Amino acid sequence: MIEGIGVTDFIVVATIMFFVGVYGFIVRKNLITILMSVELILNSVNINFVAFNKYLYPDLLQGYMISLFVIGIAAAEAAVAIAIILNVYRKLQGIDVEHVDTMKY
Amino acid sequence: MQTNFSYTIWIPLVLLASFLVVGLFGDKLRPRLSGLISTVVILFGAVLSYWTAFQYFLVNGKADGVYQTIVAADYEWLRFYDTLAIKMGVLLDPISIMMLVVVTTISSMVHIYSFGYMKGEKGFERFYAFLSLFSFSMIGLVIATNLFQMYIFWELVGVSSFLLIGFYYEKPSAVAASKKAFIVTRFADFGFLVGILLLSYFTKTFDFQELMQPDNAAIAEMAGLSFMGMSVLTLALVLIFMGGAGKSAMFPLHIWLPDAMEGPTPVSALIHAATMVVAGVYLVARLFGLYALHAPDALSVVAAVGAFTSLFAAVIALTQTDIKRVLAFSTMSQIGYMMLALGVSRYGGTEGLGYTASMFHLFTHAMFKGLLFLGAGAIIHAVHSNEMTDMGGLRKYLPITHVTFLIAALAISGIPPFSGFFSKDIILSAAYEHHPVYFWTGWAVAGLTAFYMFRLYFSIFWGENREYEHKPHEAPFSMSFALIFLGIMSAVVGFIPFSKYVSSDLMPYETHLHMNVAVLSVVVAVIGIVVAAVMYMKPGGAADKVVKAVPGLYKLSLHKFYIDEIYLFVTHKIIFNYISRPIAWFDRNVVDGSMNGMAWVTNKVSNKIKGLQSGQLQQYAFVMIAGMVGLALFVLYWASR
Repeated sequence: MIEGIGVTDFIVVATIMFFVGVYGFIVRKNLITILMSVELILNSVNINFVAFNKYLYPDLLQGYMISLFVIGIAAAEAAVAIAIILNVYRKLQGIDVEHVDTMKY
Repeated sequence: MQTNFSYTIWIPLVLLASFLVVGLFGDKLRPRLSGLISTVVILFGAVLSYWTAFQYFLVNGKADGVYQTIVAADYEWLRFYDTLAIKMGVLLDPISIMMLVVVTTISSMVHIYSFGYMKGEKGFERFYAFLSLFSFSMIGLVIATNLFQMYIFWELVGVSSFLLIGFYYEKPSAVAASKKAFIVTRFADFGFLVGILLLSYFTKTFDFQELMQPDNAAIAEMAGLSFMGMSVLTLALVLIFMGGAGKSAMFPLHIWLPDAMEGPTPVSALIHAATMVVAGVYLVARLFGLYALHAPDALSVVAAVGAFTSLFAAVIALTQTDIKRVLAFSTMSQIGYMMLALGVSRYGGTEGLGYTASMFHLFTHAMFKGLLFLGAGAIIHAVHSNEMTDMGGLRKYLPITHVTFLIAALAISGIPPFSGFFSKDIILSAAYEHHPVYFWTGWAVAGLTAFYMFRLYFSIFWGENREYEHKPHEAPFSMSFALIFLGIMSAVVGFIPFSKYVSSDLMPYETHLHMNVAVLSVVVAVIGIVVAAVMYMKPGGAADKVVKAVPGLYKLSLHKFYIDEIYLFVTHKIIFNYISRPIAWFDRNVVDGSMNGMAWVTNKVSNKIKGLQSGQLQQYAFVMIAGMVGLALFVLYWASR
């Protein structure tokens, strides 16, 4: 057990991170920044997994495993997202998300 | 020993081949060559038919004194599943062989005749292709082994008739006539089809021989079942007769036949006088065992329709002025005779006299009516008009046509020793034995027939001597050959002892001239001829006075009892206005309307909401997250209650 730090503290941190990520996702116009916001969201989830695993089921490993998966998926997602961003840049000479609306209806 | 009759399959097959060759390559050949191909083929068919008839009737068609029904070929054509297969084959028995002879004879003569008549016409090879198609289908019809094959060829002759009536397709009246013929007969064929389905639903077979088996249990069961006061079998047979009545122009389905005269005259001779229109008679004769043994009520219908039509058509024929229409109504009247004869007949021995009479009259009628039409064609060819009023005194210009036409007119009037006398005599004897009403109807029709035929004859060949713009000339050799051949046939075929060959139970028997009947019918025919001579032989005869004496009747007959007008009234005024229009309104406004309404609503709604899809990723994300938060708040709030 980590002395003096309860599960609530982890949840508070994770929640703050999550909403920071969501805020960034909605507000920022730069595609790279949006990608970073997504990483924040994913990592807040990871914190939750690890914290709950530690505090509730110390003998089991599922939480750790899931967070490892999430890290792997985040890596893959980042690779795909950056590829898309590169293509968007080539196509539109910029990565402002508001210009990426050519696929509507 | 049995002769192998399997070569008869070649009769229809060569005709089909001729149709395909002339039809597909006719425009590449020279017209006369394609005509020649068709003619040679039909002559070949005629020779085969004569040979078959000779073998069957005179050599070895009989076993123990009874004519055998021979299935010369039977191929499975269409198999649906084990118990339902449609076959095509060749059935030989006295009536089918007789029909083979009739069809190939008349068809050959028409082929030869058309060389002269159609010379130089546009579409000469098309004409011959259609003639081959018709001959093929008609032969397929008469040799059918089962009802379904008959139905298929039945429709094929309908199509050929349609094509040939509309041969002059640039003439609107010909197009209208061909459509009329097709639609009216199709309407009747609907009854035929329903009849076939009813019959085969109960008996599980289309095959004539199986249907005719005297101990067929399914037939007995059908005769026992009753539906709306009639046994199902009677109903089925009446429906089948409806098909026959349509094809044979029986009242009230006769309206197409007079208009069918728009076709070339040789076609009228072949299809609308000698062969196709008697298909209805042949159909009833083919199923005669069923009619006579199990459903006498249906036979009464046949007799009544036949008798009425013969009288009705004869009355109309009195006043028509288009010579082909006179002949058309005369054909209807004579076919009514055949139907009457079938209707008064019963099964077996001398009881089946009407059956023999009907087939005999079919045979003789084909000869003399074919001749009359071909003669009329020769006259039209010479005068360039169909109207009797444009003719007169033609006997000097057209000697051959005159003599042959006279023979045919005498034959149809029933003057001995020409063929019509013999067949009409046994029809009247059969009617006499059945019911006096039928006999006197037939007797009156005989008188009317003699009158209108000689009205025609005298107005064409006698009457006033006209000055013709072009001097009428005798027909070319090809035409007069056919006239002479059929003239000889009309004169002599009456001497064939028909009851030795054709009888309802396939057993030969003896018939004798019924003296009273013969005297009565000859007397009435002579009266008819004399009256016609008085009225029409000299110019300014008594005709006009008679017309003035009974103006109402004259107009009624001239306008064919207004049957066409009644049909038009019923279809246009009643069916179109009160049935078709409401249905069309319902279709346009309710059926289409609901579909169009749905599309309209979808279109409008999608226009309204398409702004939601802005393409702005962040807007989507915002909506999604707002929704999730809202949902989470809702669940929390709900859970806390």
